[in-house]
Amino acid sequence: MNEVVLRAQNVTKRYGGTQALKGVDFEVLKGRVTSLFGENGAGKSTLMKILSGIEQPTSGSLELRGEPVEFADTVEARDRGISIIHQELSLSPNLSVRDNIFMGREITGKAGMVDYAAERRIAKELMERLEEPIDPDTKVSDLRLGQQQIVEIARALSVDARILIMDEPTSALSASEVEVLFKVIRDLTAAGVSIVYISHHLEEAIEISDHAVVLRDGLIVAQAEIADVDLDWIVGNMVGRGFDLGSPPSPEHFGEVALRIDQAMVADPANPERLSVNGVSIDVRAGEVVCIYGLMGAGRTELLEALAGRVPLVGGSFTVLGQDISGLNISERIALGLGLVPEDRQRDGLVQTMSVGRNLSLASLGTFLKGLVLSRQEEKDLIQKMIKDVRVKTAGPNAAIGSLSGGNQQKVVIGKMLATNPKVILLDEPSRGIDIGAKSEVFGLLSELAEQGLAVLYSTSEVGECLSIANRVIVLSKGRISAEFDAATTTKEQIMAASGESAVAA
Amino acid sequence: MSQTTSADAPARTRRPSGGLDIPKLLLEGRAFIALIVIIVIFSFLSPNYFTVNNLLTMSAHVAVYAILAIGMLLVILNGGIDLSVGSTVGLSGVIAGFLMQGVKLPGMEVTLYPAVWVCAVCALAVGAFVGWVNGMLVAKAGVAPFVATLGTLYVVRGAALLITGGLTYPNLRGDPALGNTGFDLLGFNRILGIPTGVMVMIVIALLGSFLLNRTAFGRWLYASGGNQRAAELSGIPVKKVQIRIYVASGTCAAIAGVIIASELTSANPTAGNSFELTAIAAVVIGGAALSGGRGNIRGTLLGAFVIGFLSDGLVIIGVSEYWQMVFKGAVIVIAVMLNRIEVRSKRIKNAGAPSAPPPGQAGAGPGSSGTPPAVNTAKP
Ligand SMILES: Nc1ncnc2c1ncn2[C@@H]1O[C@H](COP(=O)(O)OP(=O)(O)OP(=O)(O)O)[C@@H](O)[C@H]1O
Ligand SMILES: [Mg+2]
Repeated sequence: MNEVVLRAQNVTKRYGGTQALKGVDFEVLKGRVTSLFGENGAGKSTLMKILSGIEQPTSGSLELRGEPVEFADTVEARDRGISIIHQELSLSPNLSVRDNIFMGREITGKAGMVDYAAERRIAKELMERLEEPIDPDTKVSDLRLGQQQIVEIARALSVDARILIMDEPTSALSASEVEVLFKVIRDLTAAGVSIVYISHHLEEAIEISDHAVVLRDGLIVAQAEIADVDLDWIVGNMVGRGFDLGSPPSPEHFGEVALRIDQAMVADPANPERLSVNGVSIDVRAGEVVCIYGLMGAGRTELLEALAGRVPLVGGSFTVLGQDISGLNISERIALGLGLVPEDRQRDGLVQTMSVGRNLSLASLGTFLKGLVLSRQEEKDLIQKMIKDVRVKTAGPNAAIGSLSGGNQQKVVIGKMLATNPKVILLDEPSRGIDIGAKSEVFGLLSELAEQGLAVLYSTSEVGECLSIANRVIVLSKGRISAEFDAATTTKEQIMAASGESAVAA
Repeated sequence: MSQTTSADAPARTRRPSGGLDIPKLLLEGRAFIALIVIIVIFSFLSPNYFTVNNLLTMSAHVAVYAILAIGMLLVILNGGIDLSVGSTVGLSGVIAGFLMQGVKLPGMEVTLYPAVWVCAVCALAVGAFVGWVNGMLVAKAGVAPFVATLGTLYVVRGAALLITGGLTYPNLRGDPALGNTGFDLLGFNRILGIPTGVMVMIVIALLGSFLLNRTAFGRWLYASGGNQRAAELSGIPVKKVQIRIYVASGTCAAIAGVIIASELTSANPTAGNSFELTAIAAVVIGGAALSGGRGNIRGTLLGAFVIGFLSDGLVIIGVSEYWQMVFKGAVIVIAVMLNRIEVRSKRIKNAGAPSAPPPGQAGAGPGSSGTPPAVNTAKP
């Protein structure tokens, strides 16, 4: 049963001064799902990149079905039956879904011409298998983040790999979509495909895995059959301590209404005829934490982007601290104390050509401007403070942003907005890709800041995150509010039912 | 916290300043090495090359390229390109020349001879205006920079030719009787033995360094060139930034145009032909990325010196004009290749490096992370 198909032996990986892997022995078992757990920056993605040929190990060796192998690149690994779903999406936004799925492996017919019909048919089948009705001819840039992730999954599936590596495949998916993916995974393993699965949604990972491996600081610290482990075991091994998502701020300290959303209407960017937010009204008071729960396409991102000033309102109004903000641009809204932590950190959050420090200070340059000149000392102090406050794991403020693990990049985006000293903070899926420790730190931080009078409005597609630090949960469905709950008295099942999905995925 | 290395530190831990530091230049500035190689080779080939006088003359030529290239750098940092600068050189010279010749007021028998500074300021204003048009086309009308500035390249050159009727305004020395002497001071003359153009170049380079390294605007520029969407969501007025850099580029081109007209004490409507390409070459030799977000003034200056010293050297040793073109082209490609090798080896050693080069340091690769490019990171 436990036949090893791919084995990494004593693999190490150095990135300059960072030892990402310090001698790892890792086995992929035939027809089984091996879950890799670990904090942000533990080295999970690095190990997966080595297994799939994206990176070469500094030392150590790989063995595929007993034979030593070396992969010069992903193409070689793919030819040997190894396929990967990247943590950071790697699609070409300017191409269609079909072209992305077959990129580099176009189906060619007579005279070397691409057989688009065949490609489209297969793409369509894949989409049906993933139960996501996306037309293969849609341009990827027109898709929502979650849909893009599904395309990424479809591409990996289309390879017919024997070993499929999934590095956080579900970070932008809703519970029901995760269920579909799990069904697909079970079919694959039944057919003998081996899966490596990485997710910071621990319950979800436990549900699908057969075998758990925990990585900490580049070393494997524990592994066990899934039957023998529980959440505490994983978390204990991952971070060496317990965790807690924090508790909601107490209503005694609530102040005035800081943010008022009144009958907001936002057009669907893909189809301006349609409204993706249709008459939503929410009040958030100073010191209050409100969670918006909804499935993909419920209108959460559109609502938050309209609040931030990126897309216009077609009806209704926004009021922040008593001031109507409809006439203000993004920077004026930030100056007023309204900041958005966007959902897609690569596209909207980070400047890849800038260092960690400069990304952190980017939205608050005005606060350390002395006349014309940016004060270096004040900037440095601010950056140091933010690195500490949001606990970014980095070699230093001058490190390139791309050298950070995914979760730490996310913390930089959050830190950037917190550095502006907001009165109202909007967070679109703030926990996307961050580990349980970081999650509890981020939510803990938010609830702490709320105690000091910050109004917090965040969206999530993980029910557990609604109930931890929120005072109120608002369920959005098809652009409208379908229910509102007091977080203290409601249950996961109620919330999911209101959002229009079945409670199986809980 | 992971620890930093000491091995990488000397090359990388550096403050993002424009200051000179010879070891750092040697370590990172491949353009600098190219420059030294050029100077050494030509010094061997011709005894006249490495003389104070020749170096000053060459520097005066370099100054024009460098001033254009600094403007171009701003645009390229934003991920744009400005093809119209060569034409703007011609037009601004012509405007200055036109005014120096005297303006006949319609319906009156008087001819006005504006003071030299008025002529110069008008020429710069025209350059700034051309830049503003470029900026509006790119930022407001959403025309791709390449296309917008290609259009202005033609329009502006045409305008210059129309104004002079295709002729050259000769002898712009002015006349003491008319009180408009001194135009030659702007480029033809030397102050304390140093060509005026070189002085202007130094001033512009210092201003540019200050702008890029110390002001909020500089940071806005790097950020919006690196990722426009993220910059916008961080409250950066990306459109305003875009318009201003094209204005700056147009103004730099006009300054170069006035300097050239002064050097020659005549204004030729075809002056500056194809200078935009020289400016772009200087910027890329200096390590900037055409995709935006990376590059600095120091590198660009070096790039301008490489090109200027090479062209003049080839002339001095008497290489035929055709071979000059071949050599120039080859040096551009080789210099940029050297930069690429550097970036690649950095990436292999460490795709991010503890304390990796801050933006604006040499390094031309788009996205220095080892991960595949994420979806939609490109600017729209
Ligand atoms: N290209 C790179 N250059 C420099 N350092 C890197 C690079 N890629 C990863 N690292 C470093 O290696 C370590 C491991 O990173 P990795 O991406 O494997 O973490 P991870 O376990 O996948 O984390 P996450 O859960 O946040 O995705 C981190 O300290 C990270 O900063
Ligand atoms: Mg990862």
